[in-house]
Formats: sequence, structure tokens, C-alpha cells
Amino acid sequence: MQPALSVHALSKRFGDRVAFNDVSFEVGRGEVFGFLGPNGAGKTTTVRTLGTLIAPTSGSALVAGIPLIPENAVEIRRRISIMPESPGLYLRLSVIENLECFADLYEVPEPHKRIARALHAVKLDERARDLCGALSKGLRQRVALARALLNEPQVLFLDEPTSGLDPAATRDVHELITALSHSGVTIFLTTHRLEEAERLCDTVAILNTTLRMLGPPAQLRTQLFATTLAVRTRLPLPDPDRVFNGLPSVEAWRRDGMGSYSLTVSDPTIAAPAVTRALVAADADVLSIGESLHSLEDVYLELVDNDANPPLGRS
Amino acid sequence: MKTTRVRAVLRKELREYRHNGNIIYAMAVVPLVFIVQPLVEIFTLKTSAALTLRHEDSLLYLLAIPALAPAMLASYGIVGERDQGTLEPLLATPIRSDELLAGKALAAFVPSLAIAYGIFGVFVAITELFARPAVAAALVRGPEVIAQVVFTPLLAGWSTWVGIAISARSKDVRVAAQLSALASLPLVAVTSLTAFGVIHATLRFAVICGVALLVLNRLALRVVASAFDRERLITGAK
Ligand SMILES: Nc1ncnc2c1ncn2[C@@H]1O[C@H](COP(=O)(O)OP(=O)(O)OP(=O)(O)O)[C@@H](O)[C@H]1O
Ligand SMILES: [Mg+2]
Repeated sequence: MQPALSVHALSKRFGDRVAFNDVSFEVGRGEVFGFLGPNGAGKTTTVRTLGTLIAPTSGSALVAGIPLIPENAVEIRRRISIMPESPGLYLRLSVIENLECFADLYEVPEPHKRIARALHAVKLDERARDLCGALSKGLRQRVALARALLNEPQVLFLDEPTSGLDPAATRDVHELITALSHSGVTIFLTTHRLEEAERLCDTVAILNTTLRMLGPPAQLRTQLFATTLAVRTRLPLPDPDRVFNGLPSVEAWRRDGMGSYSLTVSDPTIAAPAVTRALVAADADVLSIGESLHSLEDVYLELVDNDANPPLGRS
Repeated sequence: MKTTRVRAVLRKELREYRHNGNIIYAMAVVPLVFIVQPLVEIFTLKTSAALTLRHEDSLLYLLAIPALAPAMLASYGIVGERDQGTLEPLLATPIRSDELLAGKALAAFVPSLAIAYGIFGVFVAITELFARPAVAAALVRGPEVIAQVVFTPLLAGWSTWVGIAISARSKDVRVAAQLSALASLPLVAVTSLTAFGVIHATLRFAVICGVALLVLNRLALRVVASAFDRERLITGAK
């Protein structure tokens, strides 16, 4: 099946400033694709470029199966929708008037049914007649999300959809994203919330002008970090060197605190039993042995911090 | 060009005017003030003045209204959307530049036309009712009324397009409004000079002006649409 998004060596420059450079990835239909990166990494610019709002400087892409060229812009925009960083509602109009305008612009059939469904999806049925200017920031954000659902897009670009939302509203948006992806909508999600990306996304890309990493969240973790075993004993080991150094499955170890050790291992399923036996043989009172998982946050910070402080000698 | 999308923009604009009713009143107030003094003068004119009036085209003075009225609304059209941050979601829909511009132009043109015709109607009605009959007859003559009816939409159309073009290139709402008003002044000058007899209003002059305005109005959409730079509007400095 043709991917929903296929991006090849895409770049955008504003004069001398490079917004993003040489970005390539593919997103399958119905996938949730997380696009992470620090402020100014080029996320919004990428969304705008793929959404035909601005033209790439070089590179090519297929968006919703259509080549990203100026002649196809209208057809692409028909099949996608974008929820931008700031909602951009007509504040003097009511929620429903805002949605009616966009339903007409998308020429959707049976606009009133679509509008009702979109409002229901973001739980705003009760506020349909309110003026947008009288809504709180989070509610405005939800109107913008409803607006992006009107044309039943094949690809939905969400630029930080949960920034500024309360926990319950955030959960609602997460549920909506999951439901949409189950119904076959491809979601392109930019976010600064790493736990959100970890929970929702099939694939995650970390961008910092160039693409720094790409893959399922679990894979990024193992790619970047060796597996570690966390060991805790009731009393500190008198001679931990003797216990750990003799084990072939343990590559390195370090002390994390009183009776607490981190072991770098290649395969935890071999290392854990061996470590347990060695500790028992050394007469230690073992409190716990467990694999410690790196979060996506660790991965992200590792990459982004490295970019911010490049090691000496790197160009 | 899809009329559904043009209509969607027009309807949205008209709804915004309705929610913000002051806009249209504000647009009507200035031209109303503009006709008070001439009306007062007309009431005081003696029958003997009719003879000179008959040889002047004073009524054309009212054509300054359609030449000026669209400036405010039209100049807000694009830069206003940008200012409110609503342009990006709008341009992310399948709307084409010419559809957006046509909707915006109609939204400035329609109320301006209504105001210009409305005020002209009020002026004529008051003159007929309260001025001396000879004065009224000398002032409100067939050719003058026809010129008014024909030139009102032509002038309003042109002024609308100038305002929209300025709006699409401006960074600031206030600058756009001032520039548009300024850009309407040449038209006001021509209509006023004609009204005061400096330019002699012949049929030939009227036809040339009429055809020129018609052609300009027909070309305007294409010209403004081709100069409409979506990328600059979204990413350019505000
Ligand atoms: N119109 C513009 N002109 C010049 N430079 C721009 C323009 N828009 C964006 N940039 C630059 O391009 C880079 C990427 O910006 P972009 O808005 O895409 O970042 P982002 O990843 O969305 O950041 P954030 O997380 O803060 O939203 C930044 O360095 C930014 O300053
Ligand atoms: Mg951004």
C-alpha cells in the first residue's frame, strides 16, 4: 500500500536561515507519527511545507499519495487538514459559525451533520452557540481541532494539539487521536510532550534542523542506550568488583548509591540470573534486580543536548 | 473558481459585520456628514439660482462616496486576517487565491454600494421634498442620475480592488487603511473637479471613463490574484 506521507530529502531555507534540511521519512496509512524537536527545530515549518502553505527549497514529497508540487496544492489541501500552533478562530463569530465557514470552504456534504459530529468529538456540543472570543484558550484549541476534522482528512497534521490543555482534555485528545488512527486517518503529531509521543506514536522522528533519529519509540531507546540492570541490596557489597567483574554477561557496572548498582548488560535475560546467583554466592541480601528502561525523554535529551554542546572536533 | 467558496468567505464577512454592527454604521456616518452642508445650502437657494445650477453637474459630487467608502473594509480584508492569525487556517483549506480575493472584494463592495446608493437616495429625496421645486429640478436631472447609477458601482469596484491589493501587501492594518484612503483620492479629485465644472462632463468623457473603469475592474481580480503571495503572507514579518 502506498504510504500516506513519503518525504525525500526535503529542505526549507528562509534566506540564509535553514529551517529544516534533508529530511526524509515515510508514514503509513493510519499510523501516528510523532515529530519531536526543540524550539526552532523546524517542526512547524515542516508541517506548513507538507500542507502546501509554503514551498520547499528542495526535495520532494508525496502527501496523501499526491506529489507535492504547486499544481496539486488544492487537491492535497482537500485531503488533509492542519491544526496550526495557534487556533486562529474568528473571535467575533460563534463556534458554529466558524465551523460553518470551513465546512463550506471544504464543500463537505451535509455540513450540519459533519459539524455536529466534529463538535461531539471534541466534546463541545454545549458550547456551539458561544462566541469564540468568549472561550478559554483550551476550548479554542478544541474548536480548532473540530475544524480540522470537518473534511474527514486522510492525513491530519496536529501542531502541538495538547499544549495548554488540562489533563482531562489532554486525555480526550489522546483518545481522539487513537480513535482516528484506528479508523485509518494518518496523524502527524508535533509535540513537546514526550510521554505523549511515547504513548501514542507508532513511529517517532526527532528533528533538530536535520532528522536526528527515526523509528518506533522502543527501538530508539535500545539504539541509543545499552540495557542496564538495576540491582539493590540491603547492605552495600563489601567487594562489588569481585561479584560483578567475574560475570561474562556484565559489560560494566557503577555504584548509584548505598547498596544500589547499575550494570550495563548486553542481554538482560542471560545477565539477570547470573547476577542473582553471584549475589547469593557472595552472601548479599538482594532487595531487587530489574531492567531499568530509558524513557523517550532520555533519548530526546541525549540527542538534543549533544546538539547543543557538540563534542570538540565535530564540525 | 468555485462560487461556493467565494460565498463562504462573503457569508463569513457579512456575519462578522453583523456581530460588529458598528463597522457599517461608521462607514455610513462619514458620508452622511458629507452631505449635510450641501443640503443646507440647497434649502436656502432661491429659485433664481436654478438657472446656474442647470449648467453645472453638482450632483456628481456625491460620486466621492463610492470612491471612498470601500477603502476601509477592503484594506482590512487580507491584512486583518493576518493580524488576527486567521489567515493560516484559511489558506490551509482548498480555497484558491482568486476565490478568497473575490469573496473579500464582494464583502467590501456590497455594503459600500448599498451605502452609496442609500445616501444618494436620501439626498435626492430630501432635495425633492424640501428644496424649491425649480432648484430640485435643476439639480436632479436625468443624465446626472444615470451617471450616478452607472458610476457608483464602477468607482466602488475600483476602489475595492485597490484596497484589497494594498491589504495583501501591507504589514499593518492602520497603514493599509491610510494607504487605501490615499489611493482613492485621485478618483475623488476627478469626480469633484467634474462636479465643480473644472472638468467638463461630456458624454464622451463619461463613456471613456466608464469603459476604462469597467476594463480595470475586469482585470483587477486576475492581477491581484497573481500577485497574491501566500508564502509571504504566512511567513513574512508582521
Ligand atoms: N518566516 C520565517 N523567516 C525566517 N525564519 C523563519 C521563519 N519561520 C521560521 N523560521 C526559522 O526556522 C526555524 C524553524 O522554525 P519552526 O517554527 O519551524 O520551529 P518549531 O520546531 O516549530 O519550533 P517550536 O517548537 O518553537 O514551535 C527557526 O529557526 C525559525 O526562526
Ligand atoms: Mg512550532
